[in-house]
Amino acid sequence: MSILVDEDTRLVVQGITGREGSFHAKACNEYGTKVVAGVVPGKGKGSQDSVPVFDTVAESVAKEGANTSLLFVPAPFAADAILEASDAGLDLVVCITEGIPVLDMVRVSRSLRGGKTRLIGPNCPGVISPGKAKVGIMPGHIHKRGPVGVVSRSGTLTYEAVWQLSNHGIGQSTCVGIGGDPILGTGFIQVLELFEADPETRVVLLIGEIGGTAEEEAATYIKATMTKPVIVYIAGQTAPPGRRMGHAGAIISGGKGTAAEKIDVFEKAGVRVARSPAEMGELIANTMNLM
Amino acid sequence: MKIHEYQAKKILREHGIPIPNGGIAGTPAEAKELAFRLGGKAVVKVQIHAGGRGKAGGVRMVASPKEAEQAAFDLLGRSLVTPQTSPEGARVNTVLVEERVSVASELYVGTVVDRHAALPVIMASEAGGMEIEEVAAHFPEKILKVRVDPASGFQPFHARKLAYGLRLPAHLITPASELIRNLYKVFEAKDCSLAEINPLVVTEDGRLLALDAKLTFDDNALFRHPELQALRDPDQELSLEVEASKYGLNYIKLGGDVGCMVNGAGLAMATMDIVKLHGGEPANFLDVGGGASAEQIENAFRILISDQAVRAVFINIFGGILRCDRLAEGIIQAVKKLDVKVPVIIRMEGTNVEQGRRMLQESGLNFITASDMADGARRSVEAARAFRGMVHG
Repeated sequence: MSILVDEDTRLVVQGITGREGSFHAKACNEYGTKVVAGVVPGKGKGSQDSVPVFDTVAESVAKEGANTSLLFVPAPFAADAILEASDAGLDLVVCITEGIPVLDMVRVSRSLRGGKTRLIGPNCPGVISPGKAKVGIMPGHIHKRGPVGVVSRSGTLTYEAVWQLSNHGIGQSTCVGIGGDPILGTGFIQVLELFEADPETRVVLLIGEIGGTAEEEAATYIKATMTKPVIVYIAGQTAPPGRRMGHAGAIISGGKGTAAEKIDVFEKAGVRVARSPAEMGELIANTMNLM
Repeated sequence: MKIHEYQAKKILREHGIPIPNGGIAGTPAEAKELAFRLGGKAVVKVQIHAGGRGKAGGVRMVASPKEAEQAAFDLLGRSLVTPQTSPEGARVNTVLVEERVSVASELYVGTVVDRHAALPVIMASEAGGMEIEEVAAHFPEKILKVRVDPASGFQPFHARKLAYGLRLPAHLITPASELIRNLYKVFEAKDCSLAEINPLVVTEDGRLLALDAKLTFDDNALFRHPELQALRDPDQELSLEVEASKYGLNYIKLGGDVGCMVNGAGLAMATMDIVKLHGGEPANFLDVGGGASAEQIENAFRILISDQAVRAVFINIFGGILRCDRLAEGIIQAVKKLDVKVPVIIRMEGTNVEQGRRMLQESGLNFITASDMADGARRSVEAARAFRGMVHG
C-alpha cells in the first residue's frame, strides 16, 4: 500500500500544453503513472505527446475515467481550475501552481470543505508513491520503494531528504509535498492520519518550516494519536522575523512561528527532531534499526 | 506589498472611513503651509514602511506652523531606525501633517486571514494603540474576533458583535458597525493581507476617527490591482532585494559573511541553518528557483558579490531533473564574466553530476566542490574564515 496515488491513479493534467505542463506530464508518464488525459479550454479534440486533450475536466472523466488531477494552470486562473476539478468529481487534485492569491484560496478551501475532492498544494512539488505513480514535478529516479512516509512543506528540501534516505538504502512509501502557501488544501495532520493507517508506512519524516502553527498542531496530533515513530526537521532556524523566506507561508510574525518554538513543541511531545538538515536520513536509519 | 500610512488612509477615506484632516509634505515649507491651514497645532509623522515610529522620534507634536517647519526639517532626508527597520533605518522622504485630535479612548480594529481556519478574521480590541501581537501575548481575552465565511460573505452581525463587544456608547454602535463593514470591504476589494486601524479613536467630541492605519497587500494578487502597484515605494525597500526580484530571484540580506545560493525556499532556509551549525553566519537567503538556469545563476552571483560582507559563496543546488553539466557551465561562465574573487563552494546533485564536478575542477577557477550539504557548509565556513584572514592580513 501507499497513500493518495498508486497504480489505480488515472491522471488528467490541467494545463498540459504549457511549458511546465507538457514537460511534467511526459515525465510522469515515463515514470509509469497512467496519464490518461489533458485539459486545456479551447484545445479539446487535440493531443499532447499522444495524450488526448479535452476542453473540460468533466469530459476527461467521462471519456478516460480520470480520477486525479495534476494542475499547472497559471495563478490567476488556478482557483477556477481547482473548483472545476472538484465539480467533475475527482478524488484528488494536486496543484503545483505558485502565487495563487490568498483570498482565492480562502474561497476554494471553503468550497471543498465536506466534499469528496482532496486538494494537495498549492505551491507544492506533488505526491509520489515510488514504483507506483508520480503525480508531481519531483525527480522520480532519486526515490526508492520502502517503509518511510515523507510529508513536507517544501520541494527541493524534500528531494534532499529522499536522497539521504535512498543513500542509506531506505525507501519511501509515499512522499507528499503539502506546499509552502499559508492556505493549503491538505495539512500535516491529514497526511499523518493517512500514514498512520497505511500498512506499508512504518516511519514518518515530517519536514516543516517557520511560520504559522501547522507544526505545533501536528505535534499535538502525533502525541495523542500516532503509534508510528515520526522524525522531524524544521527549516529556518536562522530566519529573521518579519521577512517572508521565499514561501508565502514562511514568515515569523509577531514573534510567532519560529523554528525554536516548533522544535520545542515537538520535543515536548516526545518527537525526535533533526537539528541539522544533513541528519534527516541518519536519524531515520537509527530509528529503523531500533524497530 | 507595503504602502505608507497616508496612502492607506486615502484608500480608507475613499471607502467612507473617517480620517483626520491633513496632507503630505516633501519639504519643510510645505509642512509649514499645511500646519497653517490646520490652524497651527498639528502632528508631523514620518512616512516609512515600518512601525515603531513614535518611540524612535518620528512623530512630533507641534504647536505652530514654524514648529512644523522645524520638525519637517529635522525629519526629512534622514534615515529613521526603529525596531522594525533594518539597522541602517528607513529613508524619510515624506511627512504627514495632520490636525491634532483630542482623544477620549483608543481602540483597535483589523482584518487578516486566519491561516488555521482558512478564513478572514476581523479583530477588535479596547486596548488600542499598542501592537496587536503584544495585546495577544498579554491580554488575549481583550481581543474580540469574528470569522467571515466567504460562502455567505460579510454580514451586519459581524460588525454588531464587535461594536457591542467594544462597549461603545449607544450613539457610536451604528457608526462603528459601518466602519468595520467598510474596513472589511477594503480588505476584500484590495486583496489585503492586513487591513488595520490602530488606534481607532473616539474623540472628546464623540466621533470615531482612524488615527493610524496600515494596509498590506497580497503580492500574489497585485496582478488584478494595477492601481495598487502604482503605490509602491522602492525607496523603502533594500535596493539589492528590489534588483533581485526583477530577475525572479528571492533574496533577503542577513548579517553574516557566507553568501548562499540555493534552489528552492525550504532548502535555502536549511542551507542557512547548516552554515550556522558549522559555526558560520549566512550573509543572505537566496532562492534561485527550481530550475537554476545559467542566466539565473549569473544574476544571483551579481547580487551576492555586491554585498561587500560576503567572504565565500556556498552554492547548494539539488537539481534532480536539472543537468549538472549545464549548471557547472553556468557557474563557470558567471564567475569568469563577473570576475568573482571570493572562494566558491559547490554542492550539487542531479543528472550528470560527475561530469559537472569534473568541469568545475578543470576550469582553473577558485572552486571547491563538496560531497554533500554538511561538507559544503563546513568548507564554506572555513573558506570564509581563510579569505577574511587574507583580506585583513
